[in-house]
Parts: sequence; C-alpha cells; structure tokens
Amino acid sequence: MDFLQPATWEEALEAKAAHRDAVPIAGGTDVMVGINFGRLRPSLLLDLTRVPELQQWADDDGAVRLGAGVPYARVISELGDRLPGLAMAARTIGSPQIRNRGTVGGNLATASPAGDAHPALLAADAEVEVASTRGTRRIPVTEFYRGVKRSALADDELIAAVRIVPPRGPQQYSKIGTRNAMVIAVAAFGLALHPDRRAVGTGIGSAAPTPRRAPAAEEYLAGELDGLWDSRAELPAATATRFGELVAEASAPIDDVRGTARYRVHALSVMARRALTWAWADYRKGDPTCA
Amino acid sequence: MSTPTRTPSGAPAQMTGAGGRVGDDAQRPDGVLKVRGEFAYSSDLWMEDMLWGVTLRSPHPHARIRSIDVGPALAVPGVYAVLTSDDVPGEKVYGLELADQPVLALDVVRYQGEPVALVAADHPDTARRAAARIVVDYDVWEPVTDARVALGHPTWNQLHDAPAEVTELSRESANLHPHGNLVRHLKVRKGDPEPTADVVVVGEYEVGMQDQAFLGPESGLAVPGEDGGVDLYVATQWLHVDQRQICAALAMPPDKVRLTLAGVGGAFGGREDLSMHVHACLLALHTGKPVKMSYNREESFFGHVHRHPATMRYEHGATRDGDLVYVKATIYFDGGAYASSTPAVVGNGGTMGIGPYVVPNVHVDCYGAYTNNPPCGAMRGFGSVQTAFAYESQMDALAAELGTDPVELRCRNAMEQGSETPTGQVVDSPAPVVELLRRLEAMPLPPDVPTGDDVDLRDMPGGVSNTTHGEGVRRGVGYAVAYKNVAFSEGFDDHSTARVRLEVVGGEAVATVHTAAAEVGQGLVTVEQQIARTELGVDQVTVHPKDTSVGSAGSTSASRQTYVTGGAVKAACEAVRARVLEMARSVVGRPVVDLRLDGGKVVSDLEGVALPLADVLGDEVVEETLEWRHRPTEAVDPETGQGFAHVQYAFSAHRAVVDVDTELGLVKVVEMACTQDVGKAINPQAVVGQIQGGTAQGLGLAVMEEILVRDGRVQNPSFTDYLIPTVLDMPPMRVEILEYADPHAPYGLRGVGEAPNISSGPAVLAAIRQATGLPLTRVPVRPEHLTGT
Amino acid sequence: MRLSCTVNGTPQQVDDVWEGESLLYVLRERMGLPGSKNACEQGECGSCTVYLDGLPVCACLVAAGQAQGREVGTVEGLTPAGAAPGELHPVQQAFLEAGAVQCGFCTPGLLVATDDLVHRSLAEGRKPADAEIREALAGNLCRCTGYEKILDAVRLAADRMAADPTAEAAR
Repeated sequence: MDFLQPATWEEALEAKAAHRDAVPIAGGTDVMVGINFGRLRPSLLLDLTRVPELQQWADDDGAVRLGAGVPYARVISELGDRLPGLAMAARTIGSPQIRNRGTVGGNLATASPAGDAHPALLAADAEVEVASTRGTRRIPVTEFYRGVKRSALADDELIAAVRIVPPRGPQQYSKIGTRNAMVIAVAAFGLALHPDRRAVGTGIGSAAPTPRRAPAAEEYLAGELDGLWDSRAELPAATATRFGELVAEASAPIDDVRGTARYRVHALSVMARRALTWAWADYRKGDPTCA
Repeated sequence: MSTPTRTPSGAPAQMTGAGGRVGDDAQRPDGVLKVRGEFAYSSDLWMEDMLWGVTLRSPHPHARIRSIDVGPALAVPGVYAVLTSDDVPGEKVYGLELADQPVLALDVVRYQGEPVALVAADHPDTARRAAARIVVDYDVWEPVTDARVALGHPTWNQLHDAPAEVTELSRESANLHPHGNLVRHLKVRKGDPEPTADVVVVGEYEVGMQDQAFLGPESGLAVPGEDGGVDLYVATQWLHVDQRQICAALAMPPDKVRLTLAGVGGAFGGREDLSMHVHACLLALHTGKPVKMSYNREESFFGHVHRHPATMRYEHGATRDGDLVYVKATIYFDGGAYASSTPAVVGNGGTMGIGPYVVPNVHVDCYGAYTNNPPCGAMRGFGSVQTAFAYESQMDALAAELGTDPVELRCRNAMEQGSETPTGQVVDSPAPVVELLRRLEAMPLPPDVPTGDDVDLRDMPGGVSNTTHGEGVRRGVGYAVAYKNVAFSEGFDDHSTARVRLEVVGGEAVATVHTAAAEVGQGLVTVEQQIARTELGVDQVTVHPKDTSVGSAGSTSASRQTYVTGGAVKAACEAVRARVLEMARSVVGRPVVDLRLDGGKVVSDLEGVALPLADVLGDEVVEETLEWRHRPTEAVDPETGQGFAHVQYAFSAHRAVVDVDTELGLVKVVEMACTQDVGKAINPQAVVGQIQGGTAQGLGLAVMEEILVRDGRVQNPSFTDYLIPTVLDMPPMRVEILEYADPHAPYGLRGVGEAPNISSGPAVLAAIRQATGLPLTRVPVRPEHLTGT
Repeated sequence: MRLSCTVNGTPQQVDDVWEGESLLYVLRERMGLPGSKNACEQGECGSCTVYLDGLPVCACLVAAGQAQGREVGTVEGLTPAGAAPGELHPVQQAFLEAGAVQCGFCTPGLLVATDDLVHRSLAEGRKPADAEIREALAGNLCRCTGYEKILDAVRLAADRMAADPTAEAAR
C-alpha cells in the first residue's frame, strides 16, 4: 500500500488521474474501518486532509460552497444558521469524535443509502462539485447517487465541494435509530420548504437502494401550500398526513438487521408528517431557521 | 524465564495501598494505574521479538471438513507457524462442564466461527493475510437452528407436561453430538400434579441472544519457558479451570502451564470459557517465541459464548383473591454448538424459574439443547435473566386479569425468610421481597413528560435525531423483582484459597494477600485489601498478582467472589492473627484475654496494652494459606428437582419509568430505581457501581441488545449493529441498599453483581407495556413490536 | 514509511510503518503508548479517543500517515509534565474518587473526552449541564458502570477545574 499526501488541490487531482484506483481518505470513518477489518486493501491511500481548499467554506454566487473536507462539527458550529437542515443531520452523526473527523465529502464518496447527510442535501437541492485534471463539473445531488454505494463520480475525479443555496424557509431533519445516540439510520427524512420558489424539497435515507427524493409528495404539498404561503394559515392535519403517506410511498426499503421494510415505510410517513408540522409552525412564526 | 516488557496487572509494588476497611468506600488499588493509562490489559502485553497469532474460523455453521491445506499460508514471508488440530498434542476437546468442544476443528464444524487453524507471524496483518490463504474444503451441511427442533419437540407449546421422548431427527447430521442434542433436562415437581385455580393466565415469551460486550477483547501473551513449559498472561475469570483445560490440551502437568492474570477489560461471564488460551500456548511452544493474540471486535463476537436465548411457556393459576395456586413452565435454552455452562444455566432457570414467590404447586421442565447456533454459556445472571422476563410478565398479566395492582399481587405472594422454594429449600436468611417493592413505591416519580416548544431533544425518545417534540409520547411505569442464587450450586465443591502474609517492611507492618481470584473490574482487589485491613489492623496491604502459584479461588462469576474469596481471605487473616496474638502473649509474658489487632498495634483494652506490631513481629514473617468453603449444597433429585441446591439468594427490585413514542416505537428510559438487599456492603461505592452497571445491561437487553442469528449465521458482529446503551440511553438512577445480614455468610454479606441485572430488564418491559397497552412477549423490544410493523 | 509527529509534547519518529496502520496501532505497538485502548476499531466505542491537533478523535480511524507532523495527545499526557509522582490531572482524580472506574478499559478515552468537554465549557465561562455531558460523552461506551458515576466524575472535575483555573491539561 502506498500513501500520498498532496498539499494542493492540483496535486491531488494529478495523483488521482495517475492512480485511478487510489482510495481518497479524509475523516477515515469509512475507509479505516474497511482497512482495520481487512475488507479494503487499496494500492494507494490518497490523504486529502492537507489540501487547504477542501477545509474551507465560503459564500459563492448566492450559495454556500462547502469544502468536501469540512468536518461535521464545523458544519454544526459554523453553518447552523445558513444550512440548518444539514446541521441538524450532522448533529445526528456518530459521536463528537466522529463529527470532528467525518465530512460531507466522505459521506458523498461512500454514497451509502444510510449516509446521514444525503436527505438534507436532497431536500436542499444541493449540487456536488467534482473535479479532475480534465476540469470541474457540478452534479445536482439528485443525479449523484447511482446505486448502493455507487455514485456519478468518475474514477479520476475527486469531490471538491457541495453547493447549497441557504434556504429562505424552514428545514427539518429526522432520523430513526434504535438507540438514543450513535446509530446508523434505520430511516431518515429531510425536508425543506422554499417559500421563495413556492416549492418543497424532500430527501429519504436508508429506505431505498440510494438516497432519493419523494417527488409526488413534493408536488402534492407544493399544491396544497399554494394558497397558504402568503396567509401563513394553519396547515390542515389531513395535508400533513397525506404528505407523510406520499413520502412513504416514494421509498423502496428492504428488511435488514436494522429494521423491517414495513417499519421503515411506516416511520417515514410519521417522520414526514411531523417534520412538515414543525416546519410549517416555524414558517408561520416567520422563523426561517428551525428547532 | 523472561516476562513481558509491559508487566501484567497486579505487580505488587503498584497494588499496595492504605485506605478503607470493611464498610468504607475504599478506592481501588489499580485505580491510579487505570486513569493514567498505565494499567496493563491483556491486549497491551508486549515483548521484544514476539509474534502475533490469528485464528482461521469456519464460515459455515455446520459442515464436515474434507481437507485443510496450510501450504499457501506457510509460504507467506513472515509466517512462523500454521497449526491445525493435528498439532494439538493432548486432549483435542475441552469444556467447562463437559469436554465436547474441539481446541481446533476436528472433522466437523458445528458453528460459524469455530476455530479451524492458527497462524503466527511477525505482524498481525501478515498473519491475517496468511490465514486467508489456508484452503479448507468443506462439505456444507444444513444447520440445526432451533432448540425445540433439535430436541424433537416441534409441538412443545401444545403440551402442559414434558414433551414425549426425544425423537430421532430425519437427517443423520442433525444429531450434533454422540450423546444426542439434549444437554440437560431439569424437572421441578412440587405439590399437586393436576392443580386447578379460579384464574389462569398463559403466556409464551422469548428472550434474544445477548452478548457480554466487554470492551477489552479476548487477548493474552504466551511465553515459552526454558523448562519446556509455558507462561500464559491472559484476561480470564478463573485461572485454575483454564489451567486444567490447557494442561489437558497440551498434555502437560500443571507446573509446566503457569497462568498469570493480565488486566481484564470486563468479563460478565464471557471469559469463563477458553478463547485464545490454548491457541497462544500451542503457537508459542511450536515457534519457541512469545506469541500474542488479541481478537478484534468482530472476532470477539465469535470468540466467546453468549447469553442463551430462551423460549418459554408459562401458566399461572391463582385464587380470585390473588394467591398463587400453581405455576407450570416449559423453558428452552438454546445452548448452541457446545455445552459450555448450559447445565448450570438449566439448573438456575429450572430451580428459580418462577421468581421469588411462594407457590404450593410447581411443575417446571427446563431444557438445554445443542444447535448449530453460536455456543452459549455464562453471562451475568444466567438462567435467571431469561426466566425473570417470563415470570414477571406473568405476574403483571395475572394482576391485570385479577384487576389488582401488580405490586400488591407481588407482595401478597412474596417469598420471605422461612418460605419454601419450589425445590423444597427453606429460605434461611432474610428475604425482604416485600420491603424492596414497598421502598420502590415510596420513591418519588420523576417529572412528567416534557412538553412545549422548548423541549430539549435529548429528553425525548430518539434524542437529537429529532423524531418527536412530544408527539405520540406516552409515559409508563413498571416494577419487577427477582432473585438469584449466589455462588456455585447443586453440590459443587465451591471453594477459594487465600494466602495471607504479615511482616514488617520499612518499620511498618504490611499484609500481603495472594489469591487466584480474577479481578475483572468489579473491585475484588479492593475488597481483599479492606478485609485484610479490618482483620489485621494494618493500613498497608499488598495484593499479590493473581496467578496459579496459589490454589484455586474458583470463578469470578455467580456473584461469588466477595463471598467465597472474601471468606477465604478473612479466614486466612484470622489464622495469621491467631499466630500474631500468640506471639504477643509471649511478649507480654502473661495470658491476656482481649488481645486484638488495631492501628498497627496489638491492643488490650483490659490490660491497657498497645504493642506496635513491628515490635511483636520483628523479623518474623507470619503466613497462612487456607482453603475456604461455604456450607455445602446438594444435587437436586433428577425426577423432582427437590434438594438444598443453593447456598444463598440475592434479591433486588426495580422500578422503571419510560417515555415511549408510540407512533414510532422509540423508547426513552426516563429513570431507573433499584432496591437491593446486599446483606452487608463491604464497599458501598462499589456495590452501587455494580447495581448501576447491572441495571444498564438489563436495560440493554430489554430495548436494544441482540445478536441476530439467521440460519446459524451471526448478522451483526460489530458495535455498529450490536448496540449497547450509551450515556444518552441510561437515565438517572435511584439506588437504595438494604443490609440484612445473612448469618451464614462472612460479614453477613450477599453477592451483589447479578441480581440487578435480572430485575431491571423486566421492569423496563413492564413500563413499556404500561405505556403502550401492548402485550409484548419478546425482548429486546424493537420498534416493529411497538408499531405492529 | 516513516512517521514523525509530536505525542504528548514529545517529538516521536517511527520507521517501517505499514501504510494501512491506524494512529492507534502506531501509538500502542510502535511508540509504547498502550494507554489508548482498542475495543472496536470502527469508531463506535471511543476507547481510543486522543487529541489530534487539539480535537478529540478516534485514533483507530486516523490513518497513521495522516498524523504526520501533527500534535497528538493521549491519556498518558494528561498528567502535566513535571508533575509530582502520584499527582493526577483533576479529571483523573475525579474519576477515581467518584468510583467511575471499574474495569477501566473505557477510562482513557473518557478522560480525554471529558477533559475536552470541561475545557470547552469553562472557556465559555460555565460548567457543562447534564444534558450536554451526555451528548458530549455519547461516543464513549462503558459496559461496567451504567454511566452514573461517570456523570458524577465529570461534575466533580468541572467543579474543581472551575474553582482552580490553573489546573491545566496537556493537549
């Protein structure tokens, strides 16, 4: 095994171009588990923790450009107001030790259906900025996930950043685990209300081969909210229930050691209903952030 | 003989300490080392030039081995040895109670993870890669994965009485051992065989397979000796039973196989059986080099026995007034591939399977079976943890049927001193079951379910995962009481050995206590010091390293060490004291009747004498070695289960308060309260620690902990998917300790470790049941059970 | 490969490190610092918690090479250099007194996590509340104590460190 530690983004991209089977490592929360248990034996480890560009976030053209190597702990402490959904998701991830190391870039690179950041990224219409020596491209996050632990990333590409437009409306994130901390999601749900666009964003985790949105639910809710955005009137309970059902219908879960498919479907309907209730209550209060 | 560079725990100089006596909150002598990171756990041992050993394990739960080719592994640079069962010089099978488990697989593997071959290499990764290159040709067989099927009892729950004879199964390979698939069947028969009652409740219950999940992995270091023997530094619960089994496998006498206890990172029963012990010795003897073995977490799940899963059917009959008339129970423990301590688990499950209640008519059939599931054996509270879920659920169901309060029903039928157990034994020391329950009831309840906009998510079921802000959350309160035998039962010659020395070091009298009793974290080393200080009136007490150069102390299990090894240390101290007082009398030169040792002096209040011990002892070293036994128990009658089976019982009760998100099926335990009679708290702080820790493990089994086994294969061998409670899952606890002395025990003490592990889970289950109104007959309770999904 | 980093304030250099080794393995097996414990090797137990450039992390998930040139702090470094024999860091002392140590395997990781929590809280001029302690220590599994005495120990340590701001930890 070799170990490369590029000091600049250019060096990193060149290394990846030269060694396409190199495994990038940042927080190590996935890669090192694979190595420790003998399941992963990359010929080359490409350490991205020395690339300064990856460790930064900045406002860029109306969006937050979040470097792929910014750990979750900083997402929580520095971006809680701008990216509330992602910050809420980050707070549910692992332990403080994991949040000091794990990154959104790593979550995307692994592309596990259970990755905690994905539902928040989906709901917020994030874009993934990827790069290679061939150039840089932006992939809408909805198009990023291609299968169980497969993504749209080419073998010479690295994830540079995610771009998220700070929301004008409330966001929520909920995750089911069978313990009150440190759990892999049994099911997760992200919600973003976009009053500026009169649109709704959703994200479902751990309940399909890939993280996915619930388009029918988004469409239904956007329709129901059509007359309510301005009045900020109370949301009919039946609307939240129906929304929950439609979210659940968008899932395609399996039975596994963490939960049954039936439970996941049920839990999604409840989480989506509650998340909408909380988000709408926030919206009515005129509070763009959330609990 | 060379010793490891990092010395094992208990080096005398580091374990000396002044401090508390019996009844004080004495601090542990290994505490400073532990907080400085300097305590040498078995996985920390290291020697120049040592090799790393790894184990190749069977991927199949049931298969015949056609051939093993170790050639490709031997060819890997850095590999020093590759061994199979052919290289085991002595007995090729071992076991705690029955020798039925191969040291390395013989012709048949009976569980997934069974050790097949060993590799020693100069780097652990090299050893792992080499092991992966060993070619094993398996003829894969269908596994037997259900205890009732293994015993030929497919219609078990349609019968009241014992099922018919064990029948031959259809497949030849389904008989897992030459003696069949039955490990033990215990019958308890008391009173009327055909009782009737006004009110009858029937229930079937299941308990999943729990893991001890000690944090320190199985590990140790074997060092070949110049005499052709071997020194093994290992984390274990019982050095001498390990030694006996290792000697048999190595075909060596005990003086050639010397064991020293290395630092133990928790045990909870999981280190009572051998793991890497023989393997490391084989590799060390074969290579002539020190060999270290240390399992990783995944291997640990395959490297030790688990708590027996149980399937149970109970029938309770009572009068309209709520007096229990009879209990019938059929209990199956799945012992997995090898016997381990299954016979004792069946003994506990059967003899104490109806709980601490007085019942005139009892009919229990308790079975332990072989299957191709992971071997099950000792875990804290064994046999009793499983049955307590069933009998306490039954008590709640009966209370509901009678329309009475569950605590009232329990108190009405509670065992007390003088009661007769289902095995005909009269309880001859305090049994304050009613008081334990009444004290719990009297404790204040925590504040109501938090509500409102500003709820702290950390107070909610689901925590910061933000699944509820109070929606769907309902509060429940549940009670449970349990009892457990302390020490080894059913006629076992249960004893411990203590060597106590008193001498003058640097002008001060210092006592040294040498036992082989394993310190696994519970604080026995502290207790040994406290007893010596109390009995010998000295401050400085050294705890000698735990090893096999002194006689057996018996197992650190069954809540027995403070009782049995504590008793041995006390007795040895008394013998030393008698000699010292005799010496003092010759110094005084006349008979003095009230001489005692106190404050480093020989004191007589009547005569006004206070001789410094240093003066009395001079250069003399006073040493006594004693074997100490608790009063004998007896085997139970094979047809009726009657007999004086248990030397002492421990009683505890719990109240659990839970908040359940009834829509999502998520549980937050809000508070646990525990009352326990400990006879005498030798170290109150440590006793409370045992109660809190035991409570956590019981809570874990109730709501999250289960090794999931499908077709004989473990689905979740990791801390990612085998979940144990975090600090966010454990609520604040109230603990009240009762001290009603047991006149038969040293200082009147009772073993404390297991009881709280038994009553906590059933209380949590009862509380969830109250919150949800669901019957809930299986633990751990999963969200699916609470949501009907 | 060769690895150089600072551990507990002392420069360390080791050779022949296999690139797949974790920082935990290097500390324990190559630097003679076995205080950080290996209990799961997948970031689920916190027993290997160390400071990496001042932040608590699981050493089992740090590739050895990632520590090149970094500052590492382990349980062995909690007691300040030059401390008298037997002198303990206030967090260590509190764990002992509160009875928060049983088998002790989780203790090194918990001490580092607690030290970090108490310092962060005191830096903000307050002591950590119970809910905050629980969230901060949720990544450190303990199988022996049921956590009650660990909470007692953290409160005790925070009280003492608040009262005596000179009690300093090695980072």
